[in-house]
Amino acid sequence: MTFEPKIVGILCNWCSYTGADLAGTSRIKYAPNVRVVRVMCSGRVDPTFVLKAFADGADGVLVAGCHPGDCHYIEGNYKTIRRIALLKKMLADYGIEPQRFRLEWVSAGEGDRWAQVVNSITEDVRKLGPAKIREFSASTLRAAGARSHKTA
Amino acid sequence: MAKLKLASYWAAACGGCDVAILDVHEKILDIAAAADIVFWPIATDFKYSDVEAMPDADIDVTLFHGAIRNSENEHLARLLRAKSKILVAFGSCAHIGGIPGLANLFSREDILKRVYLETPSTVNPEKITPDPRTAVPEGEITIPVFHDAVRPLNQVVEVDYYVPGCPPTPAQIWNVVQAIVSGQLPEKGSVVGASEKTQCDECTRKKQEKKISGFKRIATVQPDPDTCFLEQGFLCMGPVTRGGCDTRCQLSGVGCRGCYGPPPGVLDQGAKALSAITSVIESKEEADVQRIVDQIPDVLRSFNRFAIPASLITRKVL
Repeated sequence: MTFEPKIVGILCNWCSYTGADLAGTSRIKYAPNVRVVRVMCSGRVDPTFVLKAFADGADGVLVAGCHPGDCHYIEGNYKTIRRIALLKKMLADYGIEPQRFRLEWVSAGEGDRWAQVVNSITEDVRKLGPAKIREFSASTLRAAGARSHKTA
Repeated sequence: MAKLKLASYWAAACGGCDVAILDVHEKILDIAAAADIVFWPIATDFKYSDVEAMPDADIDVTLFHGAIRNSENEHLARLLRAKSKILVAFGSCAHIGGIPGLANLFSREDILKRVYLETPSTVNPEKITPDPRTAVPEGEITIPVFHDAVRPLNQVVEVDYYVPGCPPTPAQIWNVVQAIVSGQLPEKGSVVGASEKTQCDECTRKKQEKKISGFKRIATVQPDPDTCFLEQGFLCMGPVTRGGCDTRCQLSGVGCRGCYGPPPGVLDQGAKALSAITSVIESKEEADVQRIVDQIPDVLRSFNRFAIPASLITRKVL
């Protein structure tokens, strides 16, 4: 069976989600690999969401928000810029390839750009193959005969 | 009332937790008056076989420190779980992996190669590395098997309570001992001997609006003794670390390193630290933000120094 990447997209309500909507109503054809989660602002994207997506088996994660200067909440996407810059370094420390994680600016009018971004990350992740994070953690625990449960 | 039976064991640990227990000073005599110590490798001469000979659930409370690094640690974790009514994950290593958990950023093979062959102080011309079983003229000798990854205690056996800290403060240890002796323990699975709030809630340094225009390192710049470390640009894990230690590090002039682990409701201490600290960087330009965050060396180990094995991603993908 050929590998189809599973990519989690976390989109801001005001620009990128509306842009993705526009791609749909404009009947643009693009890769079906991104599962979209809508948040009110890209500044709401806690790095925990990204790590959780990878830990639960995502092959890639795409965060999309309004272009800098266009945030519905004035400053939200500036926080995104700051967080994502350091999050990329943390993901590298975990051994996760940089192509698996992207921050993109997509406005409500950029349906075609949304389609391009999705096609592009899908191809990048397809070339890399499946992310081994979930299986790797699980096999480590199995090999050591562990059962896992959460800290209080 | 019969005296309590108390055990204390170190797995992959430095011994600091044992020293912290002794740091209750003369109150150790009160502990000895209330409890019989039935197993404590650092201080008493009981053997593993003495524990194996005990009936199940014979020990009232075991304070288990250290992470699970090898087969000996795991064997003792399972043995002490069976022999104890209450098993306490004591200290950062047993609670969330601790400093030994940083080894999860390397493979087992890399660690053994580095330690036994490559360090500058190593002289090993025959390139001998540890083998779990070795034949010698007298027969076969065995040593513990070194595992692939470090795990906190609750990934191996069921844990009743958690006492965080590297090490837990003597005052908190005393509170926990009193709770045990009086039988006033909270709901199973709770963190005891710590607060429900973060370090910042207890920290006495002056806090105003936080804005970070650059990161500094404590080794190269002298911090102001009264102002919040983050406001001065020094990393401090206070916003994402459970309180209860009386902010020992902040009072000693260094930022919190995060040893008390995440506060309630936080899934991943490192991710939360990153979220909290980067959002107050004072810049809106991508290139400028990049320049500022590049001043932090070693991101993962600075932001998640103690809790990698208990985080969402428990080890580096190799």
